[in-house]
Amino acid sequence: MSTRLAKGGRLIDRAKPLNFTFNGKPMRGFAGDTLASALLGAGQVMVGRSFKYHRPRGIVASGAEEPNALVGLGRNARFEPDQRTTTTELFEGAETRSQNHWPSLDFDIGEINDRLYKFFPAGFYYKTFMAPRAAWKHLFEPIIRKSAGLGGVPKEADPDRYEQAYAHCDVLVAGGGVAGLAAALREGRAGKRVWLVEQSAHWGGRTPVDDGQIDGVEAEDWIAAALEELESLANVTMRTRFMAAGLYDHGYVIGYESVADATPGDGRPRHRLWRIRAGLTITATGAIERPLAFAGNDVPGVMLASAVRDYIVNWAVSPGDRTVIVTNNDDAYRTALALLDAGLTVPTIVDAREETHGALPQEVKARGVRVLEGRGIARVLGRSRVTGVEICAQAGEGGAVETIACDCVAMSGGWSPVVHLWSHCGGKLIWDEPRAMFRPDPSRPPTGADGAAMATVAGAANGDLTLAETMAGFGIGACSHDEAALAPVWMMPAGATDALRYKAFLDFQNDVKVSDVQLAAREGYTSVEHTKRYTTLGMATDQGKLSNINGLAVLSDALGQPIPATGTTTFRPPYTPISLGAITGEARGDLFQPLRRTPIQSWHEAQGAHWEPVGHWRRPYCYPRKGESHSDAVGREITNTRKNVGMLDASTLGKIVVKGPDAGRFLDMLYTNMMSTLPVGKCRYGLMCNENGFLMDDGVVARLSEDMWLCHTTSGGADRIHGWMEDWLQCEWWDWKVYVANLTEQFAQIAVVGPKARALLERLGGMDVSKEALPFMHWAEGKLGDFDARIFRISFSGELSYEIAVPASQGLALWETLMAEGEALGVMPYGTEALHVMRAEKGFIMIGDETDGTVIPQDLGLSWAISKKKADFLGKRAQERSHMTDPNRWKLVGLETLDGSVIPDGSHAPAEGYNANGQRNTQGRVTSTYYSPTIGKGIALGLVLNGPDRMGEVIEFTGEGETQIKARIVETCFYDKEGEKQDV
Amino acid sequence: MLSLTCPCCGITAEETEFAPGGEAHLKRFGPGSSDEAFEGYLFARKNPKGVHFERWRHAYGCGKWFLAARCTATLEVFGTYPAQTTQPPAELIAKIKAKRPEWEGWA
Ligand SMILES: [Zn+2]
Repeated sequence: MSTRLAKGGRLIDRAKPLNFTFNGKPMRGFAGDTLASALLGAGQVMVGRSFKYHRPRGIVASGAEEPNALVGLGRNARFEPDQRTTTTELFEGAETRSQNHWPSLDFDIGEINDRLYKFFPAGFYYKTFMAPRAAWKHLFEPIIRKSAGLGGVPKEADPDRYEQAYAHCDVLVAGGGVAGLAAALREGRAGKRVWLVEQSAHWGGRTPVDDGQIDGVEAEDWIAAALEELESLANVTMRTRFMAAGLYDHGYVIGYESVADATPGDGRPRHRLWRIRAGLTITATGAIERPLAFAGNDVPGVMLASAVRDYIVNWAVSPGDRTVIVTNNDDAYRTALALLDAGLTVPTIVDAREETHGALPQEVKARGVRVLEGRGIARVLGRSRVTGVEICAQAGEGGAVETIACDCVAMSGGWSPVVHLWSHCGGKLIWDEPRAMFRPDPSRPPTGADGAAMATVAGAANGDLTLAETMAGFGIGACSHDEAALAPVWMMPAGATDALRYKAFLDFQNDVKVSDVQLAAREGYTSVEHTKRYTTLGMATDQGKLSNINGLAVLSDALGQPIPATGTTTFRPPYTPISLGAITGEARGDLFQPLRRTPIQSWHEAQGAHWEPVGHWRRPYCYPRKGESHSDAVGREITNTRKNVGMLDASTLGKIVVKGPDAGRFLDMLYTNMMSTLPVGKCRYGLMCNENGFLMDDGVVARLSEDMWLCHTTSGGADRIHGWMEDWLQCEWWDWKVYVANLTEQFAQIAVVGPKARALLERLGGMDVSKEALPFMHWAEGKLGDFDARIFRISFSGELSYEIAVPASQGLALWETLMAEGEALGVMPYGTEALHVMRAEKGFIMIGDETDGTVIPQDLGLSWAISKKKADFLGKRAQERSHMTDPNRWKLVGLETLDGSVIPDGSHAPAEGYNANGQRNTQGRVTSTYYSPTIGKGIALGLVLNGPDRMGEVIEFTGEGETQIKARIVETCFYDKEGEKQDV
Repeated sequence: MLSLTCPCCGITAEETEFAPGGEAHLKRFGPGSSDEAFEGYLFARKNPKGVHFERWRHAYGCGKWFLAARCTATLEVFGTYPAQTTQPPAELIAKIKAKRPEWEGWA
């Protein structure tokens, strides 16, 4: 039974008790506790069940490497699964729940999986789900979905706030242990801008728990002095609860700061995500102790030796009364000293090495502890709690020579440097054979923008596991116990039987055992990356912090090759999981995406417009009246526009001014037709193609003066076309004298459309808008009423139409004035859908409907807009290619359904036979399809094989389900074929 | 995330402030060119593991295009220079050659 000790605990404040619950049961800890220390202090050893076998699991570690002790924390909207108890600070009222069990932690149905372990070998899922196909849908998927995932998901929106911030520094020191402090001191004293960050709430790392002196004083005193000096340096920024989560290109570091985790709802951001540009990152990230792989090493009560002494020294928590220590190194003997100092019992130390002569073993033996050499643990006794261990010869197969009663096992397989940050962006590792560890290779660091190292490494992260080695790196004297060499132990005992290997866990969270990795090797998975995926070793939320080295050592052994030949899997950021909230930051709700608003937007909103997103704009789709459906509203808007007068907010239309002595020459290259010959005062419709010959944008160009043109682009294309122009001017024709400016948002533009459009404009007074003064495809400038207007006689509907551009600041007033003056004429606003239907009735193309990046103007009957005279324009050479001139290219036609129905969007026209892939041949497809209230039936535009030569022919298009819709091929223009209405 | 220096405005900024534009120093082939030359211009791109010359636009800054010499494997940036040139500056080529003697050179 774990319990709180009466004395000690360097990190807790006994004067501040905190209440919390575990599965509804009230418990009590102290300020300074982690959830893990508080649970252990309250006697809770079993804290969850494992993912696959639902085996009882307890706390193994005391830091970021913890694989088991994940809990659901909080309730309702603030519930969050998989919170690591070893790194979560206890706070008043914390509600915690264990995971992976049903109906309760102590009694769990899924535990049956553990009895069936032989049926769940490595690759179980891959093997089982190979066949048959139907079984997947009806049997496997429902079961997997039900049992998949670790912990539950909160059902409500996250009420907390998250922030993102930027920082720049010369040196970022990751890790606030003694190595990090020494590094920050060195760099800070040299005047560098230093950021020193520590993921936990405390400075000093694990040195205060272990023994040692630095620079002639006790380590804790040296740490206190270092902190005092660092805090006095204005150029040093220090942050705790701040993880350097990842190192990326060119010294880019993601920092993850816990701000208000322990004070939910206090108004501060819960987490902060930092984007740091560091000239140099010093990784002082320490090392992680390795478990030993023996049978039952996952039974609650089996812990890392370092964690056992952390709980005693830091939090005054005894993990057990009788602790057996099992080790292959000297460091674990420090745990014996800590246990003895706390008045607890160490019945035996089981050391896999044949001899133990180091200073630490000597000291422990002198205090009367029995040390067994050349021994290992054959198996752990107990199921939901350790009750004892069977001792065997490490060299043997696991025959028990002795059974020792105990309620805790402290294991140590040596230490692995935390090399994640070093490795994230390309730093390489070397295998240090004497110390049996991968550590950073100083000759192959991650490199930055200048090609030089962007990271260095210090302390235990560099493999300098003793205090003396670490401080020697900074030229500072330090001493602690000398340590004898460890003996690598990857499996205990060395010749463990099958039965033992089935229960010797490597990856606790994903339930991967020694037997699984060996099976993978036998089945041909020789690459460590493949083995990882096949067995799921290291793929859990702890990303294999405890398991990876042991796993690849077992794999190397099974493959009969040295460990460096197997190598490591890739270290990927973040170091530990970071919240999605922090990644999202403020980009949620209204701030998720910026919204572009026209000067008339507020009017549309007040009218209750139904919206259509167009790029970052939201345009009115239609303006439904009370009780009116959207389609009815669209029909009404079209009919009224064609009969009376309608108004469209066309402000989103791209408006790019092109000016300069070479502007005409430039536009002749950009457009397929001739723009240099356009007279001042006139408008011309133009097409733009890319260098591949495909149509990319269209619009009306107006010549404003001798050296200035105004190019209208599609609403969604303005920024892209402006960039396209800049690209050619800057990178290809940089000696041409042309300026371009995107004035899209500088002007409001209103289309006044319909037979009564002129009458409406005349009610405002001012400039002459008669046919004589302002003919079709001309523009004029002047005062329209009180407004500074530039009016274009252009039409996208086939009706008499004026597009009036005014400075953006006058847009809303002009709109409201026109609406008021037009009331007597029956004016109504119309939206984008009416616009689309009316243009389709006229057979006008729409970029994005009739074009999809594979369509050339010639396909659309627009050859008239392609200059034959020009020697060159963008896309001309491409359109000369044989495939572009192929007479069998599908061509645009109009389509009229025989029964009046509307062909579905995207419908294809099947043809005889099947292609090489067994798919039905096709002879055409629909590009635009609408119900036309003007024609009174379904109309469509489509691309059809030899379409223009097949006028009057009836072909079939696929309808809903299996149905076919008969449609007659007709001309693309359905309405006012002579174009009389627009030219009045 | 890369950091790049715009040679037009002199600012060193995050990659998100720039827009990439593919390979630099392409020669345009228009009407009258052979099928092979046009295909090369339109489609054939170098894809070296190593030194590469590429186009970037300071899209959320001064708006200017510029060119960069960068190692696609280590992401080292050897230099950036204005786009109004048909070949990299000689001193940049010399600098790369000094750092990467095995580099076959710009062609
Ligand atoms: Zn710039």
